[in-house]
Amino acid sequence: MALDSKIPPGPIDKKWTYHKGHMRIVAPANKRRIDVIVVGTGLAGASAAASLAEMGYNVKAFCFQDSARRAHSIAAQGGINAAKNYQNDGDSTYRLFYDTVKGGDYRAREANVYRLAEVSANIIDQCVAQGVPFARDYGGLLDNRSFGGVQVSRTFYARGQTGQQLLLGAYSALMRQVGKGAVKMYDRHEMLDVVIVDGKARGIIARNLITGEIERHGAHAVLLCTGGYGNVFFLSTNAMGSNVTAAWKAHKRGAYFGNPCYTQIHPTCIPVSGTHQSKLTLMSESLRNDGRIWVPAKLEDAKAIREGKKKGSDIPEADRDYYLERRYPAFGNLVPRDVASRAAKERCDAGYGVNKTGEAVYLDFSAAIERYGKLQANVLKIENPSKEKITELGRAVVSEKYGNLFDMYENIVGENPYDHAMKIYPAVHYTMGGLWVDYNLQTTVPGLFALGEANFSDHGANRLGASALMQGLADGYFVVPYTVGDYLADDIRTGPIDTKRAEFDAAEKEVKDRINHFLNNKGTKPVDDFHRALGKVMWDKCGMARNAEGLKQAIEEIRAIRADFWQNVRVPGKADGFNQELEKAGRVADFLELGELMCLDALDRNESCGGHFREEYSETEGPQQGEAKRDDANYAYVAAWEWLGEAGKAQLHKEPLTFEEVKLTQRSYK
Amino acid sequence: MKLTLKIWRQSGPNDKGKIVDYPVNNVSEDMSFLEMLDVLNDDLVRKGEDPIAFDHDCREGICGSCSLFINGEAHGPGRLITTCQLHMRKFKDGDTIHVEPWRAEAFPVIKDLAVDRGAFDRIQAAGGFVSVNTSGNLVDGNAVPIPKDDADKAFDAATCIGCGACVATCVNSSAMLFVAAKVSQFALLPQGKPEAKRRVMAMVEQMDKEGFGNCSNTGACEVECPKGISLEHIARMNREYLAASVTKE
Repeated sequence: MALDSKIPPGPIDKKWTYHKGHMRIVAPANKRRIDVIVVGTGLAGASAAASLAEMGYNVKAFCFQDSARRAHSIAAQGGINAAKNYQNDGDSTYRLFYDTVKGGDYRAREANVYRLAEVSANIIDQCVAQGVPFARDYGGLLDNRSFGGVQVSRTFYARGQTGQQLLLGAYSALMRQVGKGAVKMYDRHEMLDVVIVDGKARGIIARNLITGEIERHGAHAVLLCTGGYGNVFFLSTNAMGSNVTAAWKAHKRGAYFGNPCYTQIHPTCIPVSGTHQSKLTLMSESLRNDGRIWVPAKLEDAKAIREGKKKGSDIPEADRDYYLERRYPAFGNLVPRDVASRAAKERCDAGYGVNKTGEAVYLDFSAAIERYGKLQANVLKIENPSKEKITELGRAVVSEKYGNLFDMYENIVGENPYDHAMKIYPAVHYTMGGLWVDYNLQTTVPGLFALGEANFSDHGANRLGASALMQGLADGYFVVPYTVGDYLADDIRTGPIDTKRAEFDAAEKEVKDRINHFLNNKGTKPVDDFHRALGKVMWDKCGMARNAEGLKQAIEEIRAIRADFWQNVRVPGKADGFNQELEKAGRVADFLELGELMCLDALDRNESCGGHFREEYSETEGPQQGEAKRDDANYAYVAAWEWLGEAGKAQLHKEPLTFEEVKLTQRSYK
Repeated sequence: MKLTLKIWRQSGPNDKGKIVDYPVNNVSEDMSFLEMLDVLNDDLVRKGEDPIAFDHDCREGICGSCSLFINGEAHGPGRLITTCQLHMRKFKDGDTIHVEPWRAEAFPVIKDLAVDRGAFDRIQAAGGFVSVNTSGNLVDGNAVPIPKDDADKAFDAATCIGCGACVATCVNSSAMLFVAAKVSQFALLPQGKPEAKRRVMAMVEQMDKEGFGNCSNTGACEVECPKGISLEHIARMNREYLAASVTKE
């Protein structure tokens, strides 16, 4: 099948308006006859389900958590971008669009990104109207801060809990529709397959996680808002339950998977402490507004710190290497995530790491505390303040801005980050890849849509900070409510979907067979053993840096783990009840197939771009030495993979990316 | 360190349930409490036993899933943290630790330590929202300035994670702090004003219907709340409720 991105005609700033004006719509009376399933209740899912219900569709919403409010969008910390130009610093729709395309290393689809920038301002207005308590200044107006990869201040925030506040806004809109009966909410339900009838998505098979019952749900369209697949690495900043199952099942039913190898490794996370570790914790990118990242300039100092003979504070200013400020003077500590992560890895690989494992760098607030302390002393008219007073005042300011993050750090590490510089290291955070979608957010399966992190569409090979929240809400509030109508206009006379059809029988049987296999398998090892093994292979060979040799080995190793898994996994308990090991087994089975596709995609892409860094392809000389080397002549395309019936067999389809607005150049932050 | 865990086991809603003892060895002080349970569960699975069911997801204190009553305290010892943020360095070698689910009539046990908190969602659906549809034509976000203090206070209320520690710790199993946080957030913002009366009446009515008890001002909820939500919000809700009751049509 040839890929049709369905980009509307016209100049880039008119495409969305033109498209909205020319799409078909479903009349109010007919919307009542149409059922829509929304899987996942994060920012994309909750906003889509609420909006579609407001419009009059019958919506069924599903989440595996015990409440829609707990979807993992809740954990996003730093903020949400919007081209409001409230700061009068030269921001505009075009600049947000440009920054996002450049930040994504020219591997995103221009038209989608422009639309995202275009609706970004509406999102803020919508959220304010819902009662989202954004940070404000003393004049009562909305406050902004800066994020990586940009030179304007366009990030709106609610302390370090922006995702929580936005999600609770969307959740409240959703619950309003639940109260009205316009949305039927199925929490503690996990989608285990999508059902295709006559080539169209017509429903899902879901498991009630409390009773274990396998349920059939029919609908005229299915929206997957099921997040990303970072947990394929076992350790990531994702929630424990975050998984790829819904997207992977869709892939196996015909939806192409776009750019699976594009993974975002976030530079500022709390380093791994031991083998018991179950997840990694992010320290918001907003910290890079005020924190300075450094390692010792001398190898012997780094060694002494690792051995506990010296502390970071013992190293004099002259012997510190603020490597981001050194390498990237124009952006300094606010370079994009992929660049910052690789730079940390480079220093640690060279022996400058500052914790026991050698895999940590400092994020230091002492300069910010002093700067803010002096400013605050001026505000309070304190003449000749003592050093202690300045520190005290400065700490109060830093605490106001980042208090919850500092507390979180102290809880986990057991060390006070006001007294000692934080230690951080990159960790898997987000996946830019996902189900391939056209401009309407429809996958290659008619009637099956993918929104938010679950699709591949807007961030290219690297996502800028504070853009995930923007995309989730843009897709759910302002894009899909229009585009799904255009598709459903053909379904006004279809009538309810019959879930007794053979297609539902077959899908349900497959789901049940798999569950029975797990429970009857006479294995010996828990699910986590396999997940941990997979994660290690992925991190070592398909993580921050990749090479052809390693990727080939990884594919072999993943196959071996997969074979071992099906033979030796032990899942206790029963099918008809609450069984968390059974839930995990199903998810890990899908990760074991996805991991191989990620390696295949990474192997196929013989260039470095964004989060995909192939060691063979970097600049070897000149001012850009060591930086990623893109190959636009051969790889300016979206890799969309088609499932060919078994894991590891996939057909590559290419969607060429054409750039009419943004000139392809080497991405420089120097 | 070595510990003895006394954990509530209950196979389902109709099972009577009992405390079962589990000795655990090799606990590192860097582990979180939930990671310590992971290690125990790993061991149980290897032995062919049924692992302990408990709710958890983000493991960074924000999703509100985790919900353990540890040594008689919601989310265990320590203040302003959820169970997933509790680390083993708070305990010492040889300790005996009691682990139970949230106990409240409105939170029935599903299995072991996992409970059903659907009542919170139903309270939210009754009125915990501003009735505004999705629209591309709303007024600009800066059209109505909101005093910073009001915005900050609204945020302090909105920071509730809906974990239910307030209910679990209350002698009356009251959900007043949870409901008050939502009522208060909207009462403090101009966007929430138009339907403030309707909201507080509907949410309180649903709260009573769910079987939560009343508030007798012991203040335990405020102490155990992982987000430090203040009793002040209950006072504000009471004022809102009183005003709404006397002025309703």
